[in-house]
Amino acid sequence: MGVTVGTLDLDAYVGAADAAIRAASSTDALDAVAAEYLGKKSQLALVQRTFGSLSDEEKRTAGAALQQVRSTLDGAISGRREALAAAERLEQLEADRLDLTEVVPAQVRRPLRRGHQHLISQTQAELEDVFVGMGFTVADGPEVETDWYNFEALNIPPAHPARGMWDTFYLELGDPETVVLRTHTSPVQVHLMEEAVANNTLPIHAVMPGRCFRRDTPDARHLHTFHQIEGLVIDEGITFTDLAGVIQTFTTAYFGPAMSSRLRPAFFPFTEPSAEFEITCAICQGAGCRTCSQTGWIELGGCGMVDPAVLDAVGIDATRYSGFAFGFGIDRCAQMRYQIADMRALVENDLRFVEQF
Amino acid sequence: MLVPLSWMLSFAPLPTDVDLLRATFDDLGLVVESVEHIGEGLDQIVCAKVTDISAIDGADKVRKITVDAGGAPLTIVCGAWNFVVGDVVPLAPVGAVLPGDFVIAKRKMRGVESNGMLCSARELGLGGDHAGLMLLTTVEGATPGAAIADVLGITPDVIFELSAEGNRPDAWSILGVVRDLAARLGVPVTVPALTDASIATAAATSPAAASIAAPAFCQRLTVTAATGIVVTDSPRFIVDRLEACGMRAINNVVDASNYVMLELGQPTHAYDAHRLSGGTLGVRLAAPQETITTLDEVARVLGVPGRGLGDSGEDVVIVDGDDVVIGIAGVMGGAATEIHDGTTALVLEAASFSPMAIARTSKKLGLRSEASSRFERGVDPNLAGAATERFFQVLRLTCPLLAVGWPSAVAEGDVAPVTVITAPVGEFTRLLGLSLDAATVERLLAPLGFAVAGDAILSITVPSNRPDIRTMPFGVADVAEEIVRTYGYTKLERTFPSWSTPGSLSAAQRRRRNLRSVLCGLGLDEVWTPTLVDPAVAARGLGDEAVVRLTNPLSAEEGALRTSLLPQMLAAIAYNADRRQLETGFFELGTVFEHPAVAATPRTTKAGGGGGAVASLPMERTHLLATLGRHGDDAATAVAMFAELHPTLGLGPYRLVQPAPLTDLGPLGLGLHPTRSAAVVCVATGITYGVVGEVDPTVVALAGVHDGRRIGLLGLDVDALATGELARAVGEAIPVSKFPSSEIDLAFVLADATPADALRAALVAAAGEHLSSCVLFDVYRGTGVADGSRSLAFRLQFGALDRTLTDGDVGAWRTSCIDAAASLGAVLR
Ligand SMILES: [Zn+2]
Repeated sequence: MGVTVGTLDLDAYVGAADAAIRAASSTDALDAVAAEYLGKKSQLALVQRTFGSLSDEEKRTAGAALQQVRSTLDGAISGRREALAAAERLEQLEADRLDLTEVVPAQVRRPLRRGHQHLISQTQAELEDVFVGMGFTVADGPEVETDWYNFEALNIPPAHPARGMWDTFYLELGDPETVVLRTHTSPVQVHLMEEAVANNTLPIHAVMPGRCFRRDTPDARHLHTFHQIEGLVIDEGITFTDLAGVIQTFTTAYFGPAMSSRLRPAFFPFTEPSAEFEITCAICQGAGCRTCSQTGWIELGGCGMVDPAVLDAVGIDATRYSGFAFGFGIDRCAQMRYQIADMRALVENDLRFVEQF
Repeated sequence: MLVPLSWMLSFAPLPTDVDLLRATFDDLGLVVESVEHIGEGLDQIVCAKVTDISAIDGADKVRKITVDAGGAPLTIVCGAWNFVVGDVVPLAPVGAVLPGDFVIAKRKMRGVESNGMLCSARELGLGGDHAGLMLLTTVEGATPGAAIADVLGITPDVIFELSAEGNRPDAWSILGVVRDLAARLGVPVTVPALTDASIATAAATSPAAASIAAPAFCQRLTVTAATGIVVTDSPRFIVDRLEACGMRAINNVVDASNYVMLELGQPTHAYDAHRLSGGTLGVRLAAPQETITTLDEVARVLGVPGRGLGDSGEDVVIVDGDDVVIGIAGVMGGAATEIHDGTTALVLEAASFSPMAIARTSKKLGLRSEASSRFERGVDPNLAGAATERFFQVLRLTCPLLAVGWPSAVAEGDVAPVTVITAPVGEFTRLLGLSLDAATVERLLAPLGFAVAGDAILSITVPSNRPDIRTMPFGVADVAEEIVRTYGYTKLERTFPSWSTPGSLSAAQRRRRNLRSVLCGLGLDEVWTPTLVDPAVAARGLGDEAVVRLTNPLSAEEGALRTSLLPQMLAAIAYNADRRQLETGFFELGTVFEHPAVAATPRTTKAGGGGGAVASLPMERTHLLATLGRHGDDAATAVAMFAELHPTLGLGPYRLVQPAPLTDLGPLGLGLHPTRSAAVVCVATGITYGVVGEVDPTVVALAGVHDGRRIGLLGLDVDALATGELARAVGEAIPVSKFPSSEIDLAFVLADATPADALRAALVAAAGEHLSSCVLFDVYRGTGVADGSRSLAFRLQFGALDRTLTDGDVGAWRTSCIDAAASLGAVLR
């Protein structure tokens, strides 16, 4: 039983439109069908314009009926459009098909241009090379860690105020605030020590470069994602003066023979005694300038003798072995060497920046 | 922490050479963040009374001012307008040096001689007002010629901004800093009394009472009652010292408490005695959900566990005689018992709380105070008595009728025993590398309050102001630090350890370096794209359950760990395209993450309190991805690039499998072009370890690259390259024949549906053992070749080590090749 509005039999109208929609064989054809049955010049639109002569009640009934037709047809058209678009995409992809085994490499264009390694990976490689030359192996570690590796085994128990030294990103895994993005490369120390104890392979002489994360709003000087390199020596007879010597050797090897280092008392939960290490200010060569607050020294990183509590946590006999650890920013080395004003350039990957290195 | 030199000098006859003090602080581990000179350059500035103001012909910005500065009238040209005849202003006479080494000279401006400069407050380093001259008209004693420093009561001083490390609770006070300095510089320390009248003789009031119901959280609670309080302003020198240290003066009671905290390091809290029940204070744990409104008028809910490990909701509180909570211990007092203008009697709390408990509560409530920062580090449990006495000494300056209820009531909790470190002197040498004997250790430690006894075996008694020094055995390291710190880090010798094992990179690290250098050699630029990405982007193609989310991201767009390098690398291409930089061929070597719930082999590792639990962590894989977006780049570029790269990987032969089996590829297969991509498969093992081809055009558009270019793609699972099965045994060198080789070219027409590789494989199989290479060198479609087919031209090279091949040999192999091709439907052209 057909509903009629004005001169229009709605069922017949929908039937005809449906057939046309199904018959449309391309998205272009479908656009034409849509215009014919739903557009400004469609019969539907024409009928709507005759509503002026109807009573309010009639207007409401007729309007609802037309709205019903519109939404039915809209649904049919969009369904058809999806199917057609998918078919058209398939057709295009098929026309585009390439047998990759028929590629003749000799015929591929080869630009006469070398690429550029990222400044940070270059810097990391240079640092690694210096330490390899000093007898260190290079170790990697994961970027996601548990509370144990990032904090507790490093003598930073849960809720310890020292945790405030690191703004931490937590992951939605396990119990709240138990899985973290590592805030430093120090967890790799714990892994190395645990493995060395388990496999009976002490001593350890290793550096550990890697990506770290801290929940600091990025600005020109800091990014929340950054790179550190950390060193660990665990052996018999290792002393604090050995640490001072290794820092000095590294400083001249990496920064140049005119550069010196000095240690200053500091606090880190995982080392005792602890120190900040500073190197000669490269800008004023130690004479004192604004950058170094007139001191002639620039802070580079932290270091110290591995805390006996850390050795205890990983099961190393602290009466036989002693050791030191040190760490500093790879990004910071690059920043210092190239006077990078805004560190965000490192992740923007703008060709004009990338090509400088 | 701001430390005025003048305050330090009241304790010890320290040298006043600022550079020496600064260097000494630095070497003691008290980092000098800044040094501010107060009243510097004021000695020549005098008060001047304006006696005449007249215009200068032709000048509308400056006027001629005549002043009386105690001598003959002086004329000065001045550009300020905020004063009238009769005002008193500061004058920098000719020859004066203003802050910033600005020397005042006699000048002539617009024909008028100017004999000095009238100054603004900022020019004198006395504040930020630069709108006009500093007006002294209403200041008492500002007579012409008077020195401005005297008139304003400014004593030149030096303020050091120090940051004391977390393990130096003793150093977070003026006295603590002085003690450290004096020990190094060898000068005595004395604490001066503030009043002549001893508090001990003040009229007594009824004593207070103290109790501790949470002995593990409070070592000692000292409570003292006092009457005769008049709440008023503090004396000028107290206000000056508080302000020099960056604190605001409130009233004499609060100021006395702050003064003592700054000077000695002991936080105290004064309660209005009439707003408490009884003169009794107690310490207990908060009941669950117990509330208090703190001084800052915020209602705080206590006794609720916090997030994360180690906070089970143990909040320490102070209660009155009715067990009503009147303060959050060590953090902040309550509003209801606050000292107010009408306070006439008070009860003073001075205590020593557990650092961990105060830290937990302060962190959970997001409420840090001067007191909580000190308690977090640890406060000397024996300091409360001295601090209480000092508090009343200060208060007595403004309250002559003060009556204190001596003795203070003292309750004890679990008082830590005195720490004694026992170790052979050689143990310190073993750790430090310094040659030490008992006498040297004593000389270094005694000035800090450590008692050193013994000879070969040392017995070192730790002073109570060093709660950071642990007990045996770990305390040995803490004492070692004190030894080397007082010895002087700057004097430390440098020794160079050596060991017999060589330094080296691991195989995986060498492989990554190789990938970088080869790809750079092939013209690609290395990029660093973000690890933290939009969760919707991370879920693309994998589903929400594959995404590792952050609990506390800085922004929603950085709320998940990346699952693939592709979206951000395409974003880097789009970023450059927006800047009209179109020659972008990028690669990245980076970590991608897979949720442990969907990872085939989740990583399990030690977790939880004490490392006793096991946690499932995301699988981390190192991917290499290259996105080739340069002019003319496409899938063929990627194939050719991999052909160059492959020989440097140390792997056996590979084949390209098309279409790429997405199930074998995991996240590496995301965004692949369905008809222009292939998987890289190891022939010998069948292991899939990479992809080559193009990025799906829909994905390219989604990333914001809309210029219609094709983007070639090369991806490797770098961790898979390291698996033993894939790594090729060291190959033997293939000898080169000394006899001429023979070449034949064969071109076949083959249906598009059959891969060129299939034909090549058939040719290689048919050509036999003397084939040394078979290379596709030309592909042709068009005139002469049927639609749906192409012509493939191969060059086959034959050779033998022991002879020259004959035409007959080659002819026979040629025939077998043609037959083999025919079986695939390939027709010789
Ligand atoms: Zn400098």
